[in-house]
Amino acid sequence: MKRRATGGSALTRARKLGFSFDGRNLQGLQGDTLASALLANGVRLVGRSFKYHRPRGVLTAGSEEPNALLEVLRDGVFHPNVRATVQELHMGLQARAQNCWPSVRRDVMAVNDLLAPFLGAGFYYKTFMWPRAFWEGLYEPLIRRAAGLGRLPQTPQDAPHERAFAFCDLLVIGAGPTGLMAALTAARAGADVIVCDEDRQFGGRLLSDTGQIDGIAGADWAAQVVTELHALPNVRLMARTSVVGAYDGGVYGALERVALHVTAPGHAPRECFWRITAQRTILAAGALERPIAHPGNDRPGVMLLSAVASYWHRWAIDPGRVVVFGNTDHALATARALAADGMNIRAYVDPRTDLGTDAPFALRAGAEVVATHGRHGLGAVTLRQKGRDIRIEADTLALAGGWNPSLHLACHMNGRPSWDTAIAAFVPRPGMVPGMDVAGAAAGRFSTHAALHDGARAAAESLAELGLTSPDLPLPLAEDAPYAIAPLWQVAAPGRAWLDFANDVTTKDVAQAAREGFASVEHMKRYTTQGMAPDQGKSSNMGALAVLADATGGTIPDTGTTTFRPPFVPVSIAALGAGGHGKSFAPERRITSDAQVRAMGAPMLEAGLWYRPSHFPQAGDRDWRDACNREVLHVRHAVGVCDVSTLGKIDVQGPNAARFLDFVYTNTMSSLRPGRVRYGLMLREDGHVMDDGTCARLGEQHFLITTTTAAAGEVMRHLDFVQQAFCADWRVRLGSVTEHWAQFAVAGPLADDLLARVLDVPPALPFMGCAGVTVGGVAARLFRISFSGERGYELAVPARFGAALFRGLLALAEGMGGGAYGLEALNVLRIEKGFVTHAEIDGRVTAFDLGMAGMVSAKKDCIGKAASQRPGLHGPERLQLVGLRPVAHGTEIAAGAHLYAPDAPATAPHGQGHTTSVAYSPTLERWLGLALLRDGRARHGSMMRLDDGLRGRQAAVEICNPVFFDPDGGRMRG
Amino acid sequence: MHLPCPCCGPRDLREFTHKGADDYLRRPAPDAPPEAWDDYLHTRANPAGRTRDLWYHDPCGTWIAVTRDTVTHAVIGATGLEDAQ
Amino acid sequence: MADLTATSPFAGARLPQRFAGCTLEALPPAQITAVAPYPGQLAALRQTLGAFPGPGAVIAAAGGRLVWAGRGLALAFDADMPQGSAEHAALSDQSDGWAGVSLRGTAAPMVLARLLPLDLRRLPPGSSARSLLGHLPALILRPEALAFELWIWRSMVGSAMHDLTGAMQAVGARQALAEPPTG
Repeated sequence: MKRRATGGSALTRARKLGFSFDGRNLQGLQGDTLASALLANGVRLVGRSFKYHRPRGVLTAGSEEPNALLEVLRDGVFHPNVRATVQELHMGLQARAQNCWPSVRRDVMAVNDLLAPFLGAGFYYKTFMWPRAFWEGLYEPLIRRAAGLGRLPQTPQDAPHERAFAFCDLLVIGAGPTGLMAALTAARAGADVIVCDEDRQFGGRLLSDTGQIDGIAGADWAAQVVTELHALPNVRLMARTSVVGAYDGGVYGALERVALHVTAPGHAPRECFWRITAQRTILAAGALERPIAHPGNDRPGVMLLSAVASYWHRWAIDPGRVVVFGNTDHALATARALAADGMNIRAYVDPRTDLGTDAPFALRAGAEVVATHGRHGLGAVTLRQKGRDIRIEADTLALAGGWNPSLHLACHMNGRPSWDTAIAAFVPRPGMVPGMDVAGAAAGRFSTHAALHDGARAAAESLAELGLTSPDLPLPLAEDAPYAIAPLWQVAAPGRAWLDFANDVTTKDVAQAAREGFASVEHMKRYTTQGMAPDQGKSSNMGALAVLADATGGTIPDTGTTTFRPPFVPVSIAALGAGGHGKSFAPERRITSDAQVRAMGAPMLEAGLWYRPSHFPQAGDRDWRDACNREVLHVRHAVGVCDVSTLGKIDVQGPNAARFLDFVYTNTMSSLRPGRVRYGLMLREDGHVMDDGTCARLGEQHFLITTTTAAAGEVMRHLDFVQQAFCADWRVRLGSVTEHWAQFAVAGPLADDLLARVLDVPPALPFMGCAGVTVGGVAARLFRISFSGERGYELAVPARFGAALFRGLLALAEGMGGGAYGLEALNVLRIEKGFVTHAEIDGRVTAFDLGMAGMVSAKKDCIGKAASQRPGLHGPERLQLVGLRPVAHGTEIAAGAHLYAPDAPATAPHGQGHTTSVAYSPTLERWLGLALLRDGRARHGSMMRLDDGLRGRQAAVEICNPVFFDPDGGRMRG
Repeated sequence: MHLPCPCCGPRDLREFTHKGADDYLRRPAPDAPPEAWDDYLHTRANPAGRTRDLWYHDPCGTWIAVTRDTVTHAVIGATGLEDAQ
Repeated sequence: MADLTATSPFAGARLPQRFAGCTLEALPPAQITAVAPYPGQLAALRQTLGAFPGPGAVIAAAGGRLVWAGRGLALAFDADMPQGSAEHAALSDQSDGWAGVSLRGTAAPMVLARLLPLDLRRLPPGSSARSLLGHLPALILRPEALAFELWIWRSMVGSAMHDLTGAMQAVGARQALAEPPTG
């Protein structure tokens, strides 16, 4: 292998690129792939196989490569399983072989190859069965160490990746003669066209052969078409883009290699994962050449004939002395063309007997290759002709076992292809993917003429579907040579013949699988691991299937294929997850006091998508609890301020607003007078509590209801559903105003004093009253409601004034011996009062369970009422809300601990319930908890055992009323 | 996958929230026997083939009933709930 | 207490941003009224307002812009709602709930393709759509072919700036790599 002095259509000879392989400094050219650059440097041994650690060289020139999987340095770490045939060379690229130690030439694990007779199909399944005690301790670590190809980087990868959406009338997958002809036809008709091709260059196989189109070189014709397409505004050409999956509704996933060919990509995304939505699709992905299973076919230097031709034409790689082993007229024609171009082809070997006589190389008709020779690379080939073995010195053996249409994407929606005897290959059936047409070689039409003709036909049919008129486009002239295949699946000769090069599966393994009962193709695949390597068996599935059919005495179509699944080529997790990690994982919702509370040093807690201050540390605090206790006592003894803007706020208006609220709340809202607020409970239709909140009547036909922070979205969807499904003609409208209002709780004995200094004209509001007020002339809303049990208000202003109001309230509160309180203190305050949150409303509780059965009005229907009354949703067997307190005041308890009778064992059948919320109450100077306990309301005063299995703690607790503090509510009403 | 919103046209699945079969539209009378409520809440046909289920188009707030085929995954059409009853 | 001062939803955001021949900048705050006509009242409301937008429409009415913003919902930007509107529609002030940015430039559609799962061919100049900007609920207006107004919830401005500037930066970096296609 070496570089020819001239030629190489992909190369820019003037630009030399230094790179390294396994620490050796080498030089390639601009336009090289890593594979072509290695071949140009005479490197044939590039890796080791998975199981036997056999030497491996480059087999193909495309994304289907099973052998040349390397580790490539990218963004500071080596990435495994990079296909050298896809990776473009760039200055400074560093690559190394994988699956070998200490080096690819001297690999210690190659000893596995000597043990091959014992490592056949199913080795692991048979060997690691007994004794059972060894499964976890010995066998699993052993297998895990041996498993996997290449090593993953062990650090988080945060190089930029991108996702994007695209839409078009027609998606053309593949830009060979078929795809280019289809794209040109559709583009001239005015359709919005996207053309994707895996390669850097468009043209497909036209880049790798010498055939002519309309009297000029095929590659030149392709260049002309690309120039025209590039100039059209309705065409998007996407190079380096593999379409990897076909999904419902004309959606295709595609992986674009954006900056993997660049030394210093900076902010450019390394890859982009596209979701392309197309009205119509033409799959013009071409075909993949298949190797031939003959003994010794895995030696470096054995390549596909199509790859030899590609490296010759595109990258000026001279393969040295070549033997071609083929079984089609196409292979022979290719060999002739390459020889005419100067390649040193020593022999053409073909099992067919009639090859003619006129060739510039030895024609070996009725012959097969039966052995290869050479340690780390091919040195000679033995072929057998009429029972006689002939040894030919050769550097390269080019295999040409026929072509498999690239129909993978057509099968992604579970369609099964049909068998075409004429080409001995599977071809797609019409309509396997709605909206997709398969054309050209991907449909088994192999000549250039057939490709162009089929591309034009498919485009015309798509244009008709799109309602566009096909342009009058003459079909270019091109060869239409016969393909003529005589199938050859395996050479009958002693020695191991490889099917799956990456996973080391030989013809013998497949036959053995069939013998041992794994005769269905899906079983054979799993038993032998054939087709389960990164290449997903692109070069081996067909051969394995044929060998299996032979072993079981069946036909190929009856044996069937394994299931084709996305992705067509490996897709990095980074590309799949692009747009959804780090700060883009979920929106961050910030309250208007966010900057202020962060400046105060408050750690932030996530509440749904919102960020809320946990507590406000001060110098001298031992831990967060000191801060929390201080904030609780501020509220109990002075005044506290808390940003409660995160509660969902829904504006309900209209002549039928009250009627609607009666229908969605368990209690009656129509009887609420304007200027008053009522606590409300909403059920799901299955009778369980959905959410709770307040309902304020701002006017005769105007209500404002609140939801809990986390349930705001769910409640809005629910209310919209009820309105649109059951009361579409009622005159009521719902609108979320959560974002418009910034709202602050002002709670404590001094709340009125504080508000007197804030409000322009403080109103005298009764408990559960509301009114419009002004703050410095700004219209605001004041609600006298309390979630702390103290005299309390919530003051709402338009969000633009939120930050200023919070600063003002805070300064006043601090001047009165109070201050801000965070989520932790808010939680303690509500537990002291026995108020519930979604810790209690966990989706399984009913109004009865919470002691709120009386809130389900008997006088009217409401969502969830009928179901809430069914058997099983009320009664003594239900878990009911209770309070509990440890008998020893200082005993710390935790939420999630389970309740048992004092003498019962801590096992599930004896479980009586669990704690939902706990707090240390600085007010009562003891630990408190809320719990859901079977028949709990009848058990106030009883003693139970709290078992916290997770933390290994136990406590004797007394069950009590959940309202620990100020049970008659005098403080908040007064 | 795309669903056709009567307001917005065909939209990506990520914009929708699924609720379940369109049985939810046939709410029994408040005093219907428990069996009727049980059916309404819990009994579903799970058909292989044509089905109609309810989706919420979150961006525009429209609840729709989508007719689709569970075997072919074809989406046949959708209507807003006001028109679906 | 002293008079309340207003804070912009973009306080702390680094705007304008320029990448990839695209400019991202804050739009001035607007008086925004949500207008939701009651069932059967659309005709009467149209009479009162002069017009009411159907799905995707943006129209001039009541001295401002009426922007379709969802099922049976329009947002009135800087409009004077005439007397009697409230008889036919629920009106609510949402001025402070929304934050608007303008994204304009030749690469604007490319930037949005990173975030919006939306076929921009279905959003012709002069129209509106509701969709998702990344994961954020958004109201998208397209006043001109290469000019967009993106209205998002006030609390999510930080996330929106992160996603938008990230997409702009990536598109800009891509442009630096661009090479003509070869055959």
